[in-house]
Amino acid sequence: MTTYIGTATSRVDGRDKVTGAARYAGEYGAPDLAHGSVVNSTIAKGRIRRIDAGEAMKVDGVITVLTHENRPPMADNDEAYKDDVAPGDGSPYRPLYDGSIKFNGQPVALVLAEDLETATYAASLVKVEYEEQPHITDFEKQLGKAKALPAPAKPRGDAAKAFAVSDIRHDAEYYVPVEHHNPMELFASTAVWRDGKLTVYDKTQGVQNVQRYLCGVFQARPDEIRVMSPFMGGGFGSGLRPQYQVVLAVLGARALKRSVRLVLTRQQMYMVGYRPAMVQRIQLGAKTDGALNAITHNATTITSQYEDFHRNETTWSGLLYKSETASYAHKLVRLDLPAACDMRAPSAATGVYALEAAMDELAVALQMDPLELRLKCYSDSDQHTGLPFSSKSLRECYSQAAEAFGWSRRNPEPRSMREGNDLIGWGMATGIWEALQVPITVRITLTANGHAEVACATSDIGTGTYTIMAQAAADMLGVPIDNVTVKLGDSTLPPSPVEGGSWIAASVSNGIVTTSNAIRDELLRLAETMPNSPLMGIKTADVTLSDGSVTVKKTPRSTVPIADIMRHAGVDRIAQEKATKFGKDGKHAHNTHSAIFAEVKVDEQLGVIRVTRLVSAVAAGRILNLKTARSQVMGGMIWGIGMALHEETLIDHRFGRIMNANIAEYHVPVNADVHSVEVIFVDEQDDIVNPMGIKGLGEIGIVGVPAAIANAVYHATGKRVRDLPITLDKLTRDA
Amino acid sequence: MARSHTAPAAALFPGLISIELTVNGAKVKLDIAPWTTLLDALRDRMGLMGTKKGCDHGQCGACTVLVDGRRVNSCLTLAVMKDGAEVITVEGLATDGVLHPVQQAFIDHDAFQCGYCTPGQICSAIGLIAEGKAKTPDDIRELMSGNICRCAAYPNIVAAIQQAMDAS
Repeated sequence: MTTYIGTATSRVDGRDKVTGAARYAGEYGAPDLAHGSVVNSTIAKGRIRRIDAGEAMKVDGVITVLTHENRPPMADNDEAYKDDVAPGDGSPYRPLYDGSIKFNGQPVALVLAEDLETATYAASLVKVEYEEQPHITDFEKQLGKAKALPAPAKPRGDAAKAFAVSDIRHDAEYYVPVEHHNPMELFASTAVWRDGKLTVYDKTQGVQNVQRYLCGVFQARPDEIRVMSPFMGGGFGSGLRPQYQVVLAVLGARALKRSVRLVLTRQQMYMVGYRPAMVQRIQLGAKTDGALNAITHNATTITSQYEDFHRNETTWSGLLYKSETASYAHKLVRLDLPAACDMRAPSAATGVYALEAAMDELAVALQMDPLELRLKCYSDSDQHTGLPFSSKSLRECYSQAAEAFGWSRRNPEPRSMREGNDLIGWGMATGIWEALQVPITVRITLTANGHAEVACATSDIGTGTYTIMAQAAADMLGVPIDNVTVKLGDSTLPPSPVEGGSWIAASVSNGIVTTSNAIRDELLRLAETMPNSPLMGIKTADVTLSDGSVTVKKTPRSTVPIADIMRHAGVDRIAQEKATKFGKDGKHAHNTHSAIFAEVKVDEQLGVIRVTRLVSAVAAGRILNLKTARSQVMGGMIWGIGMALHEETLIDHRFGRIMNANIAEYHVPVNADVHSVEVIFVDEQDDIVNPMGIKGLGEIGIVGVPAAIANAVYHATGKRVRDLPITLDKLTRDA
Repeated sequence: MARSHTAPAAALFPGLISIELTVNGAKVKLDIAPWTTLLDALRDRMGLMGTKKGCDHGQCGACTVLVDGRRVNSCLTLAVMKDGAEVITVEGLATDGVLHPVQQAFIDHDAFQCGYCTPGQICSAIGLIAEGKAKTPDDIRELMSGNICRCAAYPNIVAAIQQAMDAS
């Protein structure tokens, strides 16, 4: 009965996006709209001594200037500011709360004016005097003062001892810089004020998270604030937590009792969350045949002074490969910066980079093919728990990607392959992520005319959620996809957690199955009293919904049109809202896997690196939509190019300020950086992970790619650069 | 960010300037401040939100529109500079509900995810095709590199443009 699931269906919101009809957060209007512009601190640490908004207030069209001194009331306790995704430890940042300065670029005033240019100009006139205190933003200088966190996972055996007596040892440090998400849409919020209630259009990955947060911060009743985000111009983790602009837009609206739009500048978007910089030390000990007997993975990551954000970079190592011993440690360095946050495949993009670069170095030391080494250490169970995987088709990933790439033709000798002035390098790596699922509620309304509305407060941040929801509902209800309307991105819809961690596709699709089954139950119940109904006494599991009818599976001629059932029951629609929870599976590990092969060409004289080919084979259970799934993985792989070669946020430690806070000097991949990118989906049936066998795709695309590229650069040049990004200066510098 | 300006705003303001544009085929008269960009004029004055602001500095290309048939960054263009010009935005590409071949090709090849850079990519692609300089996929990649797509749909964007080029 599957018609749409698994096909390459074009995006159902595609037309809105190519015609400009799709509306993003900063694009909603109101007759009484005021425009905001934020004034940011120019010091990294201290206190505001005085704010002089006199000049700004003189500008025609300026309505008011809000600061911590004259803003409307806000909650005074940490709990109110802890959103669903807030780290457990620390005090969340409170925008415009008081005079303390915690990082450079912190908002210190909000100018509200009748138009954008006036607000922007007036913001430049606000004078702020500070009491400056010494700040520290230099990670390296603080490494000695890192605070140890509890062990990320239980160690196995004595890794230090095993390492000491290993035949072959590799021990090195890998560095990842601060990176910023840089979604194309600017952080934006439009707070529409109507009779004391607010509808807030916000750039967020979780409308209900923002709604609960705003209600806490402003001590508002749930019905006083509604948060909407029908379209989001890219998240990548940056919209998991409420950003400060949504607080300021609501502050402004509550102060003025009118609607306010606030759009941050690209520059201001660098003064919020980021992927934390980190140093990772990896020790791998192996026998001469390549069998690992020791893994030690230690990470030190940065965070703010006020909130301890971290994820577990280190535990991927002990999960992925067979090793008798393993140990993990994580330390945090607190700096006078905003708190770090999740960014695409948090912990895995970084942790697996270090592990997979280290594995390549171990292969070199062993004089062993890097792919062969992975196969030698292949694990059929989660090394932490000993549990088998619900499914793990990583072997097939390796073989299919290697075949597509032509890996067998690789000359293992570095600098052995060339083409004119270019050295050619081939590298590979493994990727891994968790197959997660979260409790979710879906409402379906099926009308007698064969139209279905499927509603859930989840988000489509570009991932294709609208489309896969329409596909799943069309298949489950047996209606054409054009008859399905998807509603999401509205806090008043049935509950959904934030969209992140690659968990929404699995969660919402299974949620649609649950609610569709309830619709089927209700149709059968209503059909009970129909005279001579062939559905009499038939159980839900024995019927399908297809072509607008309820049909008995075993006797397909026993079919009753849904419209007839509704007419008989005297209703024109059936609505069901059901929660779906995913039971704890204590017997299996749930993971997605990938194998990545990369080709680089490096200009021998200039050190210019081009990634000419990338092949990734992904095993992620059932693929709902081949078209959008391919795009998602491809996007992640290209993020891997950025992470390997381009992306780095640079801080001037004298001022504690970001120097390249713009999208020209913070380099992201552009079209000319991207050549052949091939995505292979490996067949993987998983009957355990969830009823539909879906494992999610948002993160897995990037994981392993930076290492595959770094390993290819080593193979091309014979030079190992362990600190990302691998720029030409690092390549051409003498060792 | 606190800079000191000695002259109050009123003294700086030279007054509104009257201009006339043809936007998506319709004549539009505007009295506009000299510092208003074409992008802000389109979005805030004309309500044409299809053209996107991604950086306001000419670095990302999300604001690309066609001015007298050529692709320009509307965030780096003052509206008053284009008095008398013909402007086409993403809203003006479809005719009678039928998508422009480039728009259709973007859907067919899934040449976007979040959709925020898409109007700029599409206008840029139409400008590129009109220029007639791009002959190969490498040419397309190079000449479309002023339009950043953070979702990284680049290979699909190239495929979509090739489809539209082949059809034209």
